[in-house]
Parts: sequence; structure tokens; C-alpha cells
Amino acid sequence: MMPLASTIAAAATRRAAAAAVPSVARRAMATAIGPAKFVKFDWEDALSLNGCLTEEERSVMESARSYCQEKLMPRVLMANRHEKFDREIMSEMGELGLLGATIDGYGCAGVSSVAYGLIAREVERVDSGYRSAMSVQSSLVMYPIYAYGTEAQREKYLPKLASGELVGCFGLTEPNHGSDPAGMETVAEKQADGSFVLRGAKTWITNSPIADVFVVWAKCKWDNQIRGFILEKGMKGLDAPKIEGKFSLRASVTGMIMMDDVAGLKGPFGCLNNARFGIAWGALGAAEFCLATARDYTLNRRQFGTPLAAFQIPQKKMADALTEISIGLQACLQVGRLKDEGKLAVEQISIIKRNSCGKALAIARECRDMLGGNGIADEYHIIRHVMNLEAVNTYEGTHDVHALIVGRGITGIPAFETKKID
Amino acid sequence: MSLRVLVGVKRVIDYNVKIAVRGDKSWVETANVKHSVNPFDEIAIEAAVQAKEAKLVGEVIAVSCGPPKAQESLRTALAMGADRAIHVEIPDGSEKTLEPLAVAKLFKKIAQDEKMLAGLLNWPQGTFASKIDLNAGDKSLVVTREIDGGLETIKTALPAVVTADLRLNTPRFATLPNIMKAKKEAHQEVHARRPSASTCRRASRFSRSRSRPSARVVAVSPTSTS
Repeated sequence: MMPLASTIAAAATRRAAAAAVPSVARRAMATAIGPAKFVKFDWEDALSLNGCLTEEERSVMESARSYCQEKLMPRVLMANRHEKFDREIMSEMGELGLLGATIDGYGCAGVSSVAYGLIAREVERVDSGYRSAMSVQSSLVMYPIYAYGTEAQREKYLPKLASGELVGCFGLTEPNHGSDPAGMETVAEKQADGSFVLRGAKTWITNSPIADVFVVWAKCKWDNQIRGFILEKGMKGLDAPKIEGKFSLRASVTGMIMMDDVAGLKGPFGCLNNARFGIAWGALGAAEFCLATARDYTLNRRQFGTPLAAFQIPQKKMADALTEISIGLQACLQVGRLKDEGKLAVEQISIIKRNSCGKALAIARECRDMLGGNGIADEYHIIRHVMNLEAVNTYEGTHDVHALIVGRGITGIPAFETKKID
Repeated sequence: MSLRVLVGVKRVIDYNVKIAVRGDKSWVETANVKHSVNPFDEIAIEAAVQAKEAKLVGEVIAVSCGPPKAQESLRTALAMGADRAIHVEIPDGSEKTLEPLAVAKLFKKIAQDEKMLAGLLNWPQGTFASKIDLNAGDKSLVVTREIDGGLETIKTALPAVVTADLRLNTPRFATLPNIMKAKKEAHQEVHARRPSASTCRRASRFSRSRSRPSARVVAVSPTSTS
């Protein structure tokens, strides 16, 4: 704690230093001196994210928002209630250029990572299941083929995946291996003629029951390395049954992939981090919807003669939600910019995926609570987001596993494994 | 020479926004407020692009008279399918004093510069159009207009001025590839000369101006009531 006298002396020194500044700079500083000028607060963009975007990122966001609100929102109530996936949305999103948007060429738009995040946010503002279908197609199927496939594979698959004519799925998770994909039991064997054959089962695979293209990961028997393989619908020995009775992501179709000696086409596919980036943005879009709905509800719903929004506790809940959403989006923006500059660290993705999903789930629950009894009705939509975000918090790396990734980044000590217990 | 369409586009405060008056009562609050293309302008662009896709029209030119930010609206027009964009740039903040008559005169100049035949005055017009049938062959236009009594159908020769009403069409979404293409397209910048006093002031001499000639119509169909 500096004694008062020295604080005053320091201020005087600063004033003297300011006076020594050349007159041009001083004129610029002069506008900074004086009463502060404020702009009007916009709760829908609390930390002015829009001002940080390029003009075309804003256009992309507007276009995606219009499409999602006009075409996806009207369908989602019934799609969720009856566990039905509208396959047509893949073609519609394809027509708009929303699939594989970051890819350059092959019928894709070539937008920035931030623009992709903005698209994910708008789609998930409607439903996480729809955004899952979009992410899987864009980040988990199209991007690997683009980054790691041969030119022939790119030409063959990418334009049709981009337009939504073909639907893809990504098979990594197994019934016995979720958080530890390295322990997977699906195997790939080399045949005498140089081709490959896959054997095993995958589960919780978005899009698989309707997929035309499968990017499946298997442990290669000859060297124990995990690689990605492309399978196509209709191949002998390939089956993709639907998983029924999900109480999350009901508007998206999920299934297994059963492979009984299926002939696969190898791509030397490496590790992927793209989908998680989109999820970090998307989860906050869902949270924004929940906040906007809760705000609308509490402004209109009266108890004891007063709108609920006039009471202190709902206001505190909304303030907490707004704070987390705004700060979370700024973090996503920063990671998006780093990603496009090629300065990304994988732990950064873990930070934002974990933060966005955990916070969004908590916000959705609080907002559901603010709606009282009406909050459990799907017509108010929030309960659907609560259900969906349970899965979103879990997939693509659980909340806890991402904590370990960051923990390893902080301490240098990996804490994923313990002593094996029989 | 194929038909061409000049479409006016304006960047306005988004229709969903609650308009607030500035503290000093000088104007409405525009800082940090969401702006978008006037929805009726989007409908007009859509009608022009549809006519181009039906090969009735050869070129769609979007025009905006406004401050630098008006470029955003022109890029939306390009992303929706307009071929070219012209930005008549006026200084930031002076859009409050840009009166409709001035805009009309600017449009007239552009139409003349683009050599769109005779120029604005003496052209017939079809306003509040809810349906447009363009006949490129005999250079005529049948416009169904929404009026107070119901629907009125008129037929005019070309060139003509048409204004779009809500039910004319549903504008398309700008696709991402087109947004990226529009970003790269240069558009023509025209700077309004320091406007003369007559274009700036309200048309205070309205009563003394020459009365606008009526639409040169070829045939009028009976008014149909809704």
C-alpha cells in the first residue's frame, strides 16, 4: 500500500510526463480526458462481439441466423418430440453452403474458423442435434477427407458431401471404449492383395443409420496404430442400426456401426480437433436461446401482481448467465483467430469446449427453473436444450477428460491413467 | 439490347429493433443498433434476380445512396445475385438530410449514365406490386398492384418503375459461397457532387413543380376486389 503522499507525487510525475508528449498526441489524448462517453448497452451482444467480426463473418452469421430461425426452428418441436431426423435439412444446409464451410474449393465456401463457429452457434441456438449433424458432416467427415485424403477421394466425396447429397458419419467410439479411444477393439487387417478388411462395432455414431459415407477408425493389426478408413453404404458386412429411446439429441439420428469383415479404403487420417471448436461456439448459442426465452417469459409472467423479471433472484440468474455467455464467446473468438493464424495449442480447444459446455448446461438448467412448471413443456424449448446439453457436455471429450488435458498442460503430468485393476 | 434492372437498396435499422430517439432529440439512436437491408429492397432484388434467372432480364444493377456503411447492403445484393453494384457515397451523418427528391434525381442520373433509355421522368410506374409479369418480347409489363380496394392490374410499356410490396416474393438467403464472392467483387463508387441547394432541401416548391405525367398505360383491366 503506497502512502498517500507518494501517490500524489506519482500523479504529478505522470502529469509532467503527459505534458512532455508532443502536441499532436496530446490533442488525441485530450479527447480521452474529460467525462467518459458511453454507448447504449445491448444485452443480446453484451461484449460487442459483432464489432470484432469482419464484414463477411457478419454476413455469414446473418444468413445462417435467417435460415435457422425460418427453416429449422419451426421443425424442431415435433422432430424432438417424435425422435425424427429431417434428412432434408442436410440438403438445405448444403444449398446455403453451411456444410464444410471452412474448406477451400470442392464446392465449399472457404470461410474463416470464426465464421464456422458463428454458423455452429446459430444452428445450435435452434437445436444441438441439428448442430451435431452439421458438425459431423463438416468437421469429422469432410475435413479429414480434405486434409488427409487423396485428390481422388476429395474429388469423389467432397462436392457431394458439401451439397448434402451424401451424408457422412464418423466412427470412433465403441461400446467399451469412449474416453479411451486408444483401447479400441475394432481392427483392420491387410489382405494378400493389399486391400483392408475391418471388423468390430462402433456406437453413439451421429448420422450412421442414414449415412452414405463412413469414416471409421480401427487399430491396424500389423503395427497397432490407429488409422481412419472410408466405408460406403451398401458394402457387404456393413450395418448401421438406429439407437432408439434417446432422451437427448432426439432431433438427430444416432446409431451403431457393425463391421463384419468389411472392405475399407484407407486414408492416412490423423488426429482431429475441429468439431470441438464448433461445439464450443454452439453450446453458447443454445445458452443464448435459453437466456432470451427466460427473459421473455419472466417479463411477461406475473405473480403477486408483478412480472417475475422485477424480482431480484431472476435478475441475478440472468446476469450470471449473460456474463458467462459473453465471456465464453470472447474466448471462442480468440481461439478462432489463433486457429486461423496457425498459432493454436490443443489445450486451448479443451479450455473452451469444457467451459462452453459446462456453463451452457448450468445456464439451461437455471433458465428452465425460471420458467417454473411451464419449463418442463417442450413447447417452451428450454427443457429440450437441457436434455441436449447433457450429451453435448459429454461427447467429444467429457468435461472431466478435458480438465485432465488442461491439467497436463499446466503441470506437465498426464493424469489419465491409474494402476490397472483386474 | 437485353433488358436491365436498376434496384435501389438501402441500409436501414432492422425492423425488429425498437426505435429509440437520441437524448438530444436530433435523430434516432443508430450507434450500436442492428441495421440490415430494407426488407422491401430484398424483395425487389429477389424479383430482379428471378427475372434474370428466367432469362427475361440481362443484368441486375444494385444502387445505394448512403454513407460508407451502405456497402454492406450492396454486398448482400451481390450475394443474392445482382451483377453489379453502384454506391453513391455521401458523408457519414449526412444521410439525415438526403431527401427523397435528391435520391430520385441521383437515380435519374445513374439511369442516364447507364444509358437506360429516356431517363426517369416520363416513365410509367407500377407501385405496390404483388405480381409482375415481364414480357421481354414486346417490351411490356403487367403489374398486379395491391391498392386499398383490392387488386388492380395494369399493363405498361418499358422502361418503367416498379416498387415492390410484401407479397411479391420471398427473398432467398445469401449463400456462403456467394457472400465470399461478393466480398471480392469491386463495386463502382460514385461520389455525389456537393449537392446543390435544391436537392438538399425538402421539395418546398412542390405545388409549383410540373405535375408528374400519368403512367403511359396501354390497357387497364377492371379492378378485381379481394
